[in-house]
Amino acid sequence: MFRCLTLVMFALLSLPAFAQERSITIASTTSTEQSGLFGHLLPIFARETGIAVRVVALGTGQALNVGRRGDADLVFVHDRAAEERFVADGAGGPRLHVMFNDFVLVGPAADPAGIASMRDTNEALRRIAAARGPFVSRGDRSGTHAAELRLWQLAGVDPVAGRGAWYREVGQGMGPALNTAAAQGAYVLADRGTWLAFRNRQDLRILLEGDARLFNQYGVMLVNPRRHPHVKVADAQRFIDWIVAPAGQAAIAAYGIGGEQLFFPNATVPEPVS
Amino acid sequence: MNDVNAAFAAAAGLIVDADPAVLGIVMLSLQVSVCAVAIAAVIGLSLGALLAVTRFPGRGAVVVALNALMGLPPVVCGLLVYLLLSRSGPLGQWGLLFTPSAMIFAQAVLIAPILAALTRQVLESYWEEYAEQLRSFGAGPCRAVPTLLWDGRFALLTVLLAGFGRASAEVGAVMIVGGNIEGYTRVMTTAIALETSKGDLPLALALGIVLMAIVLGVNAAAHALRGNATRWAG
Repeated sequence: MFRCLTLVMFALLSLPAFAQERSITIASTTSTEQSGLFGHLLPIFARETGIAVRVVALGTGQALNVGRRGDADLVFVHDRAAEERFVADGAGGPRLHVMFNDFVLVGPAADPAGIASMRDTNEALRRIAAARGPFVSRGDRSGTHAAELRLWQLAGVDPVAGRGAWYREVGQGMGPALNTAAAQGAYVLADRGTWLAFRNRQDLRILLEGDARLFNQYGVMLVNPRRHPHVKVADAQRFIDWIVAPAGQAAIAAYGIGGEQLFFPNATVPEPVS
Repeated sequence: MNDVNAAFAAAAGLIVDADPAVLGIVMLSLQVSVCAVAIAAVIGLSLGALLAVTRFPGRGAVVVALNALMGLPPVVCGLLVYLLLSRSGPLGQWGLLFTPSAMIFAQAVLIAPILAALTRQVLESYWEEYAEQLRSFGAGPCRAVPTLLWDGRFALLTVLLAGFGRASAEVGAVMIVGGNIEGYTRVMTTAIALETSKGDLPLALALGIVLMAIVLGVNAAAHALRGNATRWAG
């Protein structure tokens, strides 16, 4: 009996998952992972360089925190203000533009606030607040959450007043927030990539898109190796160099779901001096 | 009901096709949970057995603490191990965060108290029965522990299965310390959580069915093993 157990243990322990390989760790967002973008990009990068990339997909706030603690080699996220704080704190950098896509305002087909024909997010959010939503917020300090709070501020509405009533903070990722909105017939702000890849839409649909305020920029930053000496600088820098170079940029542009391009490379657009 | 039917169909498909990605996830799940049980067993069984045969001031408090730790929420356990293993934490130089080893570590921490508490419970009743006899042979607690562990081995198999069940079912700890990295630290439970958040509920449920089938298989194997062993022993 015990010899048999020993054999089983040996078989389990000798599996290749514990093998060491040349690899870097990226702290990134659920939108890049769950939209399938990394699944498309990373094999191409691995083929060209022999470097395996391990992606830990979190909200932007949490991903930056993982970078701050030195638990990743680079961060690839989408909340410009938080990224600039990250660089200013000396946690990493410099920050480089990689690509953009946009946010969409999603809601039930019945559209109780009547925003479907609108082009202006300010007006739409005011209507949602006036109609008492319901509105599902990520509430998790992610890039999308930060963008949503910025949009409320631009609209001059304080949604926190509706907390617990029509404004519902789920404190979870984009997928769970969409699941909740689908179940409750609520409005929700989503990044287009996750929305396109999302399967449990029920009667949710895009009600408002195309407003310039819905622009969503992604940036990449190396974690500061002076603060965290174990950071794999050479291999991580190789990834950054690749993703902002024509090869990486073309790979981003080539990715789509159902014929629709998800992310638009814009690394060549120089960072404006602020 | 359509979704549930679709899930069973998808589960059957996953098993029949032996999809390599799913197979890798299944093997990693087994690997992590079996290793965690093995490590926790070394600590938990010896601690539980010692506790069963010794009497000392404050023993009651230790027993209560162990019993309470059986309810340690996986997410709290994961958070503690995360802070320990993070590069900015005390064990940061090991570089274990976001690796399968970190997941084994977290699950071992999670289930060691369960194994210790249940072992104490099981062996205490044996000890009450045998104490007189063992003492008459001049066996102190240190000699009594191996004897008790051996005599209680069939009951302890169930204890190990309880630990394995807890380890293979938890998602909170491995999600935090493993990071759910595709092809590296993604296990059954984190894959289920991921597919749920992507809204692919049938696939998520299908993975859940596969996980239950595996746990059922492990328990059936243990049951058969125990049946055989009892026959030989008898």
